[in-house]
Amino acid sequence: MDFDDTPDEAAFRAEAGAWLAKNVELRKPGEKAVGGLERDDPGTIEAAQAWQAKKADAGWACITWPTEYGGRGGTSIQNVIWGQEEGRFAVPPNMFMIGLGMAGPTLMAHATPEQQKLWLPKMIRGEEIWCQLFSEPAAGSDLANLRTSAVRDGDDWVVNGQKTWTSGAHYCDWGILVTRTDPSVRKHAGLTYFVVDMKSPGVECRPIKQISGGANFNEVFFSDTRIPDSQRISEVGNGWAVAITTLMNERSSIGGGGLGGGVGFHDLIELANAVEIDGHPAIEDGGIQERMADYYVRQKGLQFTSYRALTALSRGETPGPGGSIGKLVAAKMRQEMAALAMELQGAVGGLLDEKLTADEASWQQAYLWAPGMRIAGGTDEIMRNIIAERVLGLPPEPRIDKAVAFREIPTG
Amino acid sequence: MNFDFSEDQKLLQKASRDFLEANCDIARVREIFESDHSYDEPLWKGAAEMGWQGAALPESVGGAGFGYLELVLVAEEVGRAIAAIPFAPSVYLATEALVLADDAALNGKYLPGLASGECIGTFAVSERLGQSDVKNVETTLTRGKLTGHKIAVPYGDIADIAIVVAKQQGKAVPVLVDLTGPGVKRNAVESFDPAISQASIEFDAAPAKRLGGLKDGERLISNVRDRAAILIAFEQLGAAQQCLDSAVEFARQRYAFGRPIASFQAMKHKLADMFTAVELARSNCYYGAWALSTDSEELPVAACLARISASEAFQFCAEENLQVHGGVGFTWEYDCHLFLRRAMVQGSMLGTARDWKRLLIRRLAASSASVE
Repeated sequence: MDFDDTPDEAAFRAEAGAWLAKNVELRKPGEKAVGGLERDDPGTIEAAQAWQAKKADAGWACITWPTEYGGRGGTSIQNVIWGQEEGRFAVPPNMFMIGLGMAGPTLMAHATPEQQKLWLPKMIRGEEIWCQLFSEPAAGSDLANLRTSAVRDGDDWVVNGQKTWTSGAHYCDWGILVTRTDPSVRKHAGLTYFVVDMKSPGVECRPIKQISGGANFNEVFFSDTRIPDSQRISEVGNGWAVAITTLMNERSSIGGGGLGGGVGFHDLIELANAVEIDGHPAIEDGGIQERMADYYVRQKGLQFTSYRALTALSRGETPGPGGSIGKLVAAKMRQEMAALAMELQGAVGGLLDEKLTADEASWQQAYLWAPGMRIAGGTDEIMRNIIAERVLGLPPEPRIDKAVAFREIPTG
Repeated sequence: MNFDFSEDQKLLQKASRDFLEANCDIARVREIFESDHSYDEPLWKGAAEMGWQGAALPESVGGAGFGYLELVLVAEEVGRAIAAIPFAPSVYLATEALVLADDAALNGKYLPGLASGECIGTFAVSERLGQSDVKNVETTLTRGKLTGHKIAVPYGDIADIAIVVAKQQGKAVPVLVDLTGPGVKRNAVESFDPAISQASIEFDAAPAKRLGGLKDGERLISNVRDRAAILIAFEQLGAAQQCLDSAVEFARQRYAFGRPIASFQAMKHKLADMFTAVELARSNCYYGAWALSTDSEELPVAACLARISASEAFQFCAEENLQVHGGVGFTWEYDCHLFLRRAMVQGSMLGTARDWKRLLIRRLAASSASVE
């Protein structure tokens, strides 16, 4: 038992690190990595695209993709090592998560060779950016309840409806889209998957203002938007199976994501040292200690759970079921930790003023991000269902929406 | 990254589980639980033949010459079986205290017996209601004689020797006492978990030997507790996993309202939370095992993480396992309460989760620069 690389892994790490060192500056101490959701100005996008193209030219763009698609043909553990190494450097934010992490693998599994040739090479170089058009106002946890319709008209499909929670919709080139093509059959059987040109007529994006005040997502409206049949992925009516491929890849790419706010346990210790409770540093208060310990135990537990998963990858095995707890535990922990940090600030906790608050109001920001983390990519409740059914093997809930035609399902 | 046990270590764990399934099923635990026996003597002897008591000891003192990575996996299985043997006090506490004190004469005298199981050791701290801590100790060592009393000593009624936390010249020190010798009076007391017998012990000028130097006492005690906390955490982990498995099995078989109760979300979410608690505990325990096996400077923090998450996971899973069982879970004849009792006794031994949480933050604050 150790935390070390195998000789092969160490060699790969050295090779990756050497290439990075030649091509980009190290991050400065204390400088935080910028997430793809946090910046989307044209300058940032261009920088991200230039970096992606540079990586693609040198064979570092997609470590696990097969070489025939422009990838490196590497292993999952190499992909993790690459991520760790790249994380040490001041690289532009990754704007290509949806394309490279979700759309790409889906196209590799389900698209025709012609379709793959059309999209994958530009995707891997970052020349074209992709977004995801799955969720709808009435289709979140119950994604298969989606109603955006696609009706065949000659060589095209005509799309009408509304998608939501699409990040980057306003600057993306392509979107992966699930539609309902037949409401007269069972809900999962009437879906069809497309790639849509986001610059098509009849596509309108409106930003959604979040509780945090930012607007990182969009609603996307389709009004008689025409999609050529050549952009249909897999057969008509097979959209659910294709969407599942995308979602399986979403889980694996979201798992390691940041949690917003940029502050961590070290900052919490400093804060608890700096403020007082009844004339003593808060960190000496038993109640505060117990709550802080709760968070640290969970944080470290998740870290070592991820080490166990990495060990499986390193051995060429599929990670065990432990990884499914990551987001469930992390999001709630983050919410509780931010709440404690605000509480420690007393009435100042109720300010957003960056000068008066601790850590430039980062805890307040983290607290406003946390609810989103508990919902995105599978709510806490859905994650518990997944653990119960897929990990513990418990039977599914009886459902009244599975055996009837979609149009017969009650909608409330 | 190689944050897992080796194939050989896993084989040893499998052999341990097979041995316990053959020699210590839950009916056997219940037999001890409901009898006047303080512990499962045949099982203790069988464990000795498997080399468990000396798993982490060198062959020179009669040990099996494995290491801590092997011992923790045996501990996990002993915990899963809630075996009625004094493994924790004798192996994790008394033996570890001697190993750490590293006194050649004492080791020569006691380690072979502890390794073979012929000598049973225990560890005595508490003297009254409240925190089980050196601060609350009044038992005194004066000129090689120990005077005072201890309560809630695990297997104190049958142990041969005890490592007693005492005061000498105002300083906390660990002291070795022969419990079969003069000046020792002991009484078995009713235990919350009768499979772990407990005793009150009076010391009246009992001959005793300090472990380590006078100034090293407190550090030594703290070190023993840290290491034992990791080992006990593995027992708690195994037992928590058993509670989860039992709850899952029952929920799948039990029908209500025309379907398995496991198909209700209220049950699924409860069981998912139990699984989550066990996984977090498992990962933190593995970290503890790594720290123990490498004698890492991270061990004091690793001990807190393992102990807190395993104590909480076991208590939570034991309580919710009973709840999943419903009315039958509350009956004497179902086994849920055996785990519930074990959870509460193990969780109170050696400091509660709350004590370890406060200790964790004190330790982190003292080295906050290195906290991520």
